[in-house]
Amino acid sequence: MQQGPLFVASFWALFLLTVGSAGIVALSRNVIYSTIALLGTFLGIAGMYIQLSADFLAAVQVLVYVGGTLTLILFAVMLTAKIENIQTSNTWRGRSVAFVVIMFVLLILGRVANSTSWPAVTREAMPSTAKLGHAFLSEFMLPFEIASVVLLGAMIGAVVLARRAVKSGSDKE
Amino acid sequence: MDFFTNIGLIHYLTAAAVLFGFGLFCIITRRHAVGILLGVELILNAAALNFVAFEHFVAGGITGQVFTVFIICLAASEAAIALAIVLQVFRAHKTIIADEIADMKN
Repeated sequence: MQQGPLFVASFWALFLLTVGSAGIVALSRNVIYSTIALLGTFLGIAGMYIQLSADFLAAVQVLVYVGGTLTLILFAVMLTAKIENIQTSNTWRGRSVAFVVIMFVLLILGRVANSTSWPAVTREAMPSTAKLGHAFLSEFMLPFEIASVVLLGAMIGAVVLARRAVKSGSDKE
Repeated sequence: MDFFTNIGLIHYLTAAAVLFGFGLFCIITRRHAVGILLGVELILNAAALNFVAFEHFVAGGITGQVFTVFIICLAASEAAIALAIVLQVFRAHKTIIADEIADMKN
């Protein structure tokens, strides 16, 4: 399959968006900037999902991550951090150690990716939502139900954890 | 120039590896608890991207996307629980810097 120039250009644009925002997430001194830059990473990955024929996942990525998780994290940052004080909000430690560790990990990853001959086939990007729905309701039925139980448990757990502890004096009434 | 015009599996793997590296850097260097959580989100996204890329280029079928749905599901519940814990820790300690919360050391 010959890739059109539009596909190639859009891949590199998404690559730059994803990696650039991830760089801001990891390197910014201000945790608010990091959180907002995470938006770019999520959107870039959603675009890559569309290129990889996972259109449903792209929609879920935008809905769940951008609409849910990111909003939640932003609330947590605003409720806790002394945002204007950079020294307390986001100081660094151990940068050189982290750099060495990450270079090591990336070297191993690159070596594995280069030395393995993946049987890669280039496929057309096809809509896959219907296939995904059939897979969930036939082959992956049990994991699907377990995931819903996990979500319910997480929801109840988060509410129980986050609510203010009731004072022992006030619950006698 | 072939590398820049012929997008294949390795390109998506590269993007995921860079995301993973940034996420690991975030986890190691951040002292702010929410900052550490941001690194975890980056790593989860990198893993999900790898699943979808391998499914599209190598495995075929639908299994990679199924796993990615589960990853997104777990990431959402993990974020909710972790942020509830962060709020409680902030109420108890008046700080959210991970180094200063060391109750169990004493």
